[in-house]
Amino acid sequence: MQVNRRQFFKLSATSIGASSLAALGFSPEAAVADVRTFKLTRTTETRNTCPYCSVACGLIMYSLGDKAKNAKAEIIHIEGDPDHPVSRGSLCPKGSGLLSFVHSKTRLRYPEYRAPGSREWQRVSWDWALEQVARRMKDDRDANFIAKNDQGQTVNRWNSLGFLAASAASNETGYLTNKIARALGIVMIDSQARICHAPSVAALATSFGRGAMTNTWMNIQHADVIIAMGGNPAEAHPVGFKWAVEAKARNKAKLIVVDPRFTRTAAVADLYVPIRAGSDIAFLNGVIRYLLEKGAINRPYVKAYTNAAFIVREDFRFEDGLFSGYDANNPEVRYDRTTWTYELDDQGFAKVDDTLQHPRCVINLLKHHVDRYTPEQMHELCGTPIEAFLKVCELIASTATPERVLTSLYALGWTHHSVGVQNIRVMAMIQLLLGNIGLSGGGVNALRGHSNIQGLSDLGLLTDMLPGYMTLPRDQETNRAGYLAKRTLKPLRPGQFSYWSNFPKFHTSLMKAWYGEAATADNDFAYDWLPKLDKPYDSLRLFDLMAEGKVNGFICQGFNPLASYPDKNKVRGGMTKLKFMVVMDPLATETSEFWQNHGEHNDVNPADIQTEVFRLPTTCFAEEDGSLVNSSRWLQWHWKGAEPPGEAKTDIEIMSDLFLRLRELYEKEGGAFHEPIQHLHWPYHDPHDPKPDELAREYNGQALTDLADPDDAGKLLFKKGQQLPGFALLRDDGSTACGNWIFSGAWTEAGNQMARRDPSDPSGQGISPGWAWAWPANRRILYNRASCDPAGQPWDPKRRILEWDGQRWNGCDVPDFKIDQAPGSDMLPFIMNAEGVGRLFGADKLADGPFPEHYEPFETPLGGNPLHPKVISNPAARVFDKDRAMLGDSDEFPIVATTYRITELFNTWTNHVRINASLQPEQFVEIGEALAKELGIANGEIVQVRSKRGHIRAVAVVTRRLPVLTVAGKPLHQIGIPVHWGFMGETRKGFFCNNLTPYLGDANTQTPEFKAFLVRVEKVTGLAARHAELPNPPAPSRRWDGKTGATPKLSLLERLLKGRTEV
Amino acid sequence: MSLQSLDITRRSATTTPPPQQRQQQEVAKLIDVTKCIGCKACQSACQEWNDLREEVGINEGSYQNPHDLTENSWTLMRFAEHEQNGTLEWLIRKDGCMHCADPGCLKACPSPGAIIQYSNGIVDFQEEHCIGCGYCVAGCPFDVPRISKKDSKAYKCTLCSDRVSVGLEPACIKACPTQALVFGSKEDMIDHANDRIADLKERGFDQAGLYDPAGVGGTHVMYVLHHADQPQLYNDLPKEPTISPTVGLWKGVLKPLATAAMLFTALAGFFHYVTIGPNDAEDNEEDHPA
Repeated sequence: MQVNRRQFFKLSATSIGASSLAALGFSPEAAVADVRTFKLTRTTETRNTCPYCSVACGLIMYSLGDKAKNAKAEIIHIEGDPDHPVSRGSLCPKGSGLLSFVHSKTRLRYPEYRAPGSREWQRVSWDWALEQVARRMKDDRDANFIAKNDQGQTVNRWNSLGFLAASAASNETGYLTNKIARALGIVMIDSQARICHAPSVAALATSFGRGAMTNTWMNIQHADVIIAMGGNPAEAHPVGFKWAVEAKARNKAKLIVVDPRFTRTAAVADLYVPIRAGSDIAFLNGVIRYLLEKGAINRPYVKAYTNAAFIVREDFRFEDGLFSGYDANNPEVRYDRTTWTYELDDQGFAKVDDTLQHPRCVINLLKHHVDRYTPEQMHELCGTPIEAFLKVCELIASTATPERVLTSLYALGWTHHSVGVQNIRVMAMIQLLLGNIGLSGGGVNALRGHSNIQGLSDLGLLTDMLPGYMTLPRDQETNRAGYLAKRTLKPLRPGQFSYWSNFPKFHTSLMKAWYGEAATADNDFAYDWLPKLDKPYDSLRLFDLMAEGKVNGFICQGFNPLASYPDKNKVRGGMTKLKFMVVMDPLATETSEFWQNHGEHNDVNPADIQTEVFRLPTTCFAEEDGSLVNSSRWLQWHWKGAEPPGEAKTDIEIMSDLFLRLRELYEKEGGAFHEPIQHLHWPYHDPHDPKPDELAREYNGQALTDLADPDDAGKLLFKKGQQLPGFALLRDDGSTACGNWIFSGAWTEAGNQMARRDPSDPSGQGISPGWAWAWPANRRILYNRASCDPAGQPWDPKRRILEWDGQRWNGCDVPDFKIDQAPGSDMLPFIMNAEGVGRLFGADKLADGPFPEHYEPFETPLGGNPLHPKVISNPAARVFDKDRAMLGDSDEFPIVATTYRITELFNTWTNHVRINASLQPEQFVEIGEALAKELGIANGEIVQVRSKRGHIRAVAVVTRRLPVLTVAGKPLHQIGIPVHWGFMGETRKGFFCNNLTPYLGDANTQTPEFKAFLVRVEKVTGLAARHAELPNPPAPSRRWDGKTGATPKLSLLERLLKGRTEV
Repeated sequence: MSLQSLDITRRSATTTPPPQQRQQQEVAKLIDVTKCIGCKACQSACQEWNDLREEVGINEGSYQNPHDLTENSWTLMRFAEHEQNGTLEWLIRKDGCMHCADPGCLKACPSPGAIIQYSNGIVDFQEEHCIGCGYCVAGCPFDVPRISKKDSKAYKCTLCSDRVSVGLEPACIKACPTQALVFGSKEDMIDHANDRIADLKERGFDQAGLYDPAGVGGTHVMYVLHHADQPQLYNDLPKEPTISPTVGLWKGVLKPLATAAMLFTALAGFFHYVTIGPNDAEDNEEDHPA
């Protein structure tokens, strides 16, 4: 402390003044201190779950008032729910700031309308808005509905209207949305899963049978080694990551991070290893090679529980980067997969060689396949130092013994590649080789993105899906019997469960839930009312068709595609060609304002854009009841804590109202194929506002007649109208209804299982079986039969989840097996697979091969592929010609860029949240020190990043955390681009990172390649080098009574009053 | 752990001793830097609970936002990249009030009761008594208090005294996703820290240790550091913090003198009044803050 003379006098003078008061006896009363009054004493507490990510932390919302009739509840504080077994009271910076989301300045309060060419919103009434939307939908459907295709096959689809469903919406909303959309014949429906974890579903289902995270969040604490690769859990799932940190602290676990950047996860890791973005398969195939070479595999597990011993067809080949059956001339389906399967015996069972000696048994083919991935080859492709790579291999190999377990935590760092599915496949194969699937502390943990994207996937809100991972029929599947037969998978080995052999029961029950009495055996349970696909209309295709002017209407429910899809210019271009767009959202998203000029951040002329836009305000999580599915498949119920702002309504109300208006129009006017609309089962007490509990009961399933025991006809199992306890009771004769078979058990005769709140975990394995409800059948650790050896004893007694007690499988988790099937039988643990085992060889399940192969990103810094010069990038990926022309090369764009999320923000959503905006106010890119030096960029300066498709400008964060790699003998720079900023909300205006990204995706799921593309970086000087501005507050919309269908206009008087004289 | 006015140990600029009989359990916040991912949940929860809203600033080339503690941000993640033997470390430290046992701010504060220390160790500002002189800023060895631009009062972390007073942990502690923040009795926190330090030593951090600096009598916010020998690596955490000698000077010498001077003046005034009668000029009145 430095005190100058003046300060000294001041200090002394004040001390005289201050001390004198005390001396004169003034002090005691004046100085009596009390802490700030505790502000929650008599507030009302409501339990909820966080709407952001799939950790789904528990919340307590505190609202003013005691629910007295005259008190209007208003949420004044939100904090973590300490009872919640995953979060235990914690909330990340986004969850901690939820209050300012609920009260965001940019929450929508009234329905609004933007007329063609207009520069502004007009406030309209709900009645007018929904009437207009219904009218436009019906007109378009009637004009463009396809009843039969060119071959005369009945297809009943409507493919001129696109629909994006919301990953933060409840299951009840998602279920109802899908039910309505399919009844209308909509095929162009997708959800955030497409641009997020769709590859996880494909990869994990191929490997193990179900496309979901295998273990629970808390169970991660039992891992011995944790590998965070293809994900950055500390940053994207901070509270779930709690359990990785716990594993380190309590279980002496080692945490490995393999990432292009030294991330916040790396900040607490034991070992950080850099890698070139887009080279993960080269790295992990190298790991498999290491494990096989060193014999570091769990041999009994591999022999008994994987397809290692299965013999593959003789004509299966892999040569020069291509698997057998390649057809370069078919842009939609590149591979004929006939040869990618096992040799079958006379009874149709796969042949196996238990000695693992046969040259064509899977393990030997795999050995051969990965033989090329030497550490040197890995280094050449990945840039990872060999020494660091070997350290990772050693740690992974240490878990091949039964008493040590590895877990994998990954997310979009693997899915966002043109080889997204295969990235995940390699890790799944590694975990099978190590014997870590089904075990406590093991697994492949897909950390799902949004709070209910798991639920929306489960409910089939994807173009080609139905609820419960049943698929929509294709054009050629003209009859129900053939459709069912193809999906009713017969066991591929003797004695297997092959759970999909029950497909007809699940499908018939779904049709009964959707069409009730109208679905009968006589009309094939309304099979023809399902739309058929000529091709999948994934959302990359949707925006491509939109850009070609082939989409007329677009409904966007809680989604911000203008920000979220690659090549923003293309996406915006598509939107300008729409006739109408409907946005349902709690917030004023960029998508809803795509027509508005926001300077260089959205440089358009509204007068040129003829799209009509309807913006409908919805409730947010805090203002509705319902359930969300978290990453580990828990359906958790949440409760409403306050009324929504203004006139906002729930998505359920809006969808129902829209549907009932359409039904009424069809009744009045007739029109294209109205039967499914007319007969859609609508049993809700208030047809305009189905309640979440009614919808939950519906997707759980009910008995439609008295159900007798199949083994004892005299014994009544369930009475007509009763809620079913699970999917085992479903029938294929129309006597049961079930909206989503995997959710069966969620709302039984015992009530709402999703609302259960017993956090206890007696086994200590991180299971908490009495908290909420998990699909399937409340199992918490998938494939848990594999936690025991073939004889039925746990591989590791301290990881006991199940064991055979002589009569049945018993333990702390629900057995993922036939409960009374004794060990020693032929039945094997992976009951969803027809083989009964985990798949090292993916057989014909995937579009781009049964084994993962390293292909370069479509924008490759190498310009080639050293493994096979003729096949550079994924040969099975679909790339539209116009987008291929927009790919850059490494001469012009020499730097590899990767995109990601940071802890403080959640996509473009939290831009509307003041607290979070203050924590990361302005767009930045991360640049390595060496590159910054080369380009003369100082920390904090503004830079421009350009790709072939566009540019962004942002602050440069110059860091040592992005090391220069040596790849193919040359230095390679990578930069990092967080994805968050846009032109709405409270953060400073930014450019969508999707100005830069390429428009193409994974070969199986069309999930975009956001994580590896090419750019150049330039320092910005002059005027453009300024920091970004704060967005303007949204213009208040004008009230309009909405009596007529004509474009509403302001009266001259109103305009004069507002000081605007133009007429 | 409920707090009442009777639980006060010390008040700024107050000579009457507070009631001493009751001694609460000493509490402490332990910040385990080695578990911290720098997510800023603590910053967010602090703003939310305390009804503060930080300005939407700019990025100056760092994850650190805002750039410094402010009257609205009573806690702040500070980020530092440190390379040692070819290994990069990202050292992230949650900065904020240390709740010193011997608080420099309180000693420096001239306004009676504007800064108080509870017997559980919390040092709290009572803004209604704050005169905005800024001495607490100068008196703090950790450079923590900030003067508001709006009301010219000093603000800093209260260790959520309102929550602690009803038996709850502070908001940042509850929010922390990775248990980098722990709250409890000071004794328990030291035990917890020792467990952590043992784990870190096993992982090769030979210099791991606890930061509970004796120069300020120990603190009720402590750190577990991987490099306890070099606290300055963590964005200049002072190695041996002490209260500035000027504060000591004021407290030890100037204040009694000033008090004596005041009493003398008052007495002189009294005798003046008694012997000579009321003074005509009333200019001096303005000098009294009351």
